[in-house]
Amino acid sequence: MVVDISTYKIKEVRTENSKIKTLSFSAPKIAKKARPGNFLMVWIPGVDEIPISISNSDGENIEITVKAVGEASSSLCSKKVGEYIGLRGPYGNEFMPIGERIAIVAGGYGVSPLIFFAESLKEKKLTFIFGARTKDDFLLLERVKKLNGESIFCTDDGSFGKKAIPTQELEELLAREKIDAVYTCGPELMMRKVFEIAEKNKISCQASLERWMKCGVGACGSCAMDPIGWLVCKDGPIADNKILRKLREFGNYRRNKYGEKMPV
Amino acid sequence: MVDLGTEICGVKMKSPVILASGLLDNTGAIMKRVAKFGPGAITTKGIGPKNEGHNSPIIVEYEHGSLNAVGLPSPGYEKMVEELKIAMDARVPLIVNIFGKSVDDYGLVAKAVSEIKPAIIEVNISCPHSQVAGQIFGEDPEIVSRVVSIVKKNSNGIPISTKLSPNLSSSQFLKVAKAAADAGTDAFSAINTLGPGMVIDVYAKKPVLYNKRGGVEGPGIKPIAVRCVYDLYENFKLPIIGMGGVMSGKDAVEMMMAGASAVGVAHGVLIHGMKIFKKINKEIEKFMLENGYTSLKEIIGAAH
Repeated sequence: MVVDISTYKIKEVRTENSKIKTLSFSAPKIAKKARPGNFLMVWIPGVDEIPISISNSDGENIEITVKAVGEASSSLCSKKVGEYIGLRGPYGNEFMPIGERIAIVAGGYGVSPLIFFAESLKEKKLTFIFGARTKDDFLLLERVKKLNGESIFCTDDGSFGKKAIPTQELEELLAREKIDAVYTCGPELMMRKVFEIAEKNKISCQASLERWMKCGVGACGSCAMDPIGWLVCKDGPIADNKILRKLREFGNYRRNKYGEKMPV
Repeated sequence: MVDLGTEICGVKMKSPVILASGLLDNTGAIMKRVAKFGPGAITTKGIGPKNEGHNSPIIVEYEHGSLNAVGLPSPGYEKMVEELKIAMDARVPLIVNIFGKSVDDYGLVAKAVSEIKPAIIEVNISCPHSQVAGQIFGEDPEIVSRVVSIVKKNSNGIPISTKLSPNLSSSQFLKVAKAAADAGTDAFSAINTLGPGMVIDVYAKKPVLYNKRGGVEGPGIKPIAVRCVYDLYENFKLPIIGMGGVMSGKDAVEMMMAGASAVGVAHGVLIHGMKIFKKINKEIEKFMLENGYTSLKEIIGAAH
């Protein structure tokens, strides 16, 4: 089946910060296939179904990290161990490792698919730039600190790491060293800037995009991006330089639930 | 050589297999992309007054097809006209599906979309999963007549096809069709989804679709679609766009033998993606070659 909504019991809930939780499920069928960058369609019975990046998989268990922002994600964050949640996937493409010297730029909650990717890069030389508004907005820090390689933390207010913005840190890194590829997930304007820096420096860039998504399997068209009808759920969510150059709406506008264009 | 060309209300199509309303047809860009995959025409998503649509899940599969309850989301027809202008570049005929929350809405939407001169306007009076529009306009012949008349009056000479609901007794189905024909419809689209139906997750103890009820589509409803098309062909002299569970060339041929001049695909796009149009085109061609047909004219209505 293409749209097989199966329910799984929540196995564990971990609090990451005041707004973010990680939920884990024993779901070997999904976990075996999960690749960094993939996402799941997560059904909160009676509430809504939303796309969420996979933040970890060990082949048996699967984890998603959720930020309470809307009705669905808030409801999901209030769920307890043993409750049933619908999961389908994994869907979408994956981050592809390119070259030996890799930079990652994570903005806040966007760290979730990137940490799963970074942990898979055992042989590469890595710089992990992780920015958030304040000290309290970080998540999955223990995993980031355990990575092999350099990590740079920054906040808007200097309450943790440097008082800086992640894209400045990327520019400084590129001025210091030759980097083969940069991977990013976070606020779209940040990702747009990362892409522009990558283009200027002629290096590979892969960004994990987000749009209003309903079916998750490339059928409904809700997440189609202009002007090429690129489907975030099926063609993406990871876009590389070639695709990002074509996506006029990237960093510009998005469509809401009605299909109206809104600024990002 | 076999010819896959067909015609509905003077609109020529290179293939009888068209994208039915509801999938990959909500923006100009995505319709242009689908057009490159070989459909004979593209039908837009239902265009009407601004409407929110349902939360997700909007779609769920079952053993013999799928259920959907998208709920006719629309940014409003004024904004959709901009997307339609982009879709008009797609080089395949554009069928614009319209809905309203009132009879007058149908008139306003028809007037607005007719300005971009689509090939056909398809009048949706049969969506079973929206509480504000759709099937409520397609059950009573009197209301059907008012809707079709106002669309006909406002569509500036563009042919209109009335999309019928199968969720009526077979005699009431024909009464509704007659009301549409008498009010001036130029064609029929049949059928919309069946039901509504429901799927319950027994662990979560909840209906899976957010709207609880959804229209049933896919192979499970094909025999009903074939019967509806057959009955329309027998009772009216109007062209028919047949749809409901068409997944293969053989299914398409069956629908055409029942009387359809073109065949819509929706569930098939969910299962096979955009490549389904080329797949069905090839299979129809193969069937025609193997059975000595050269033109679809020999197939359309052949079961009568």
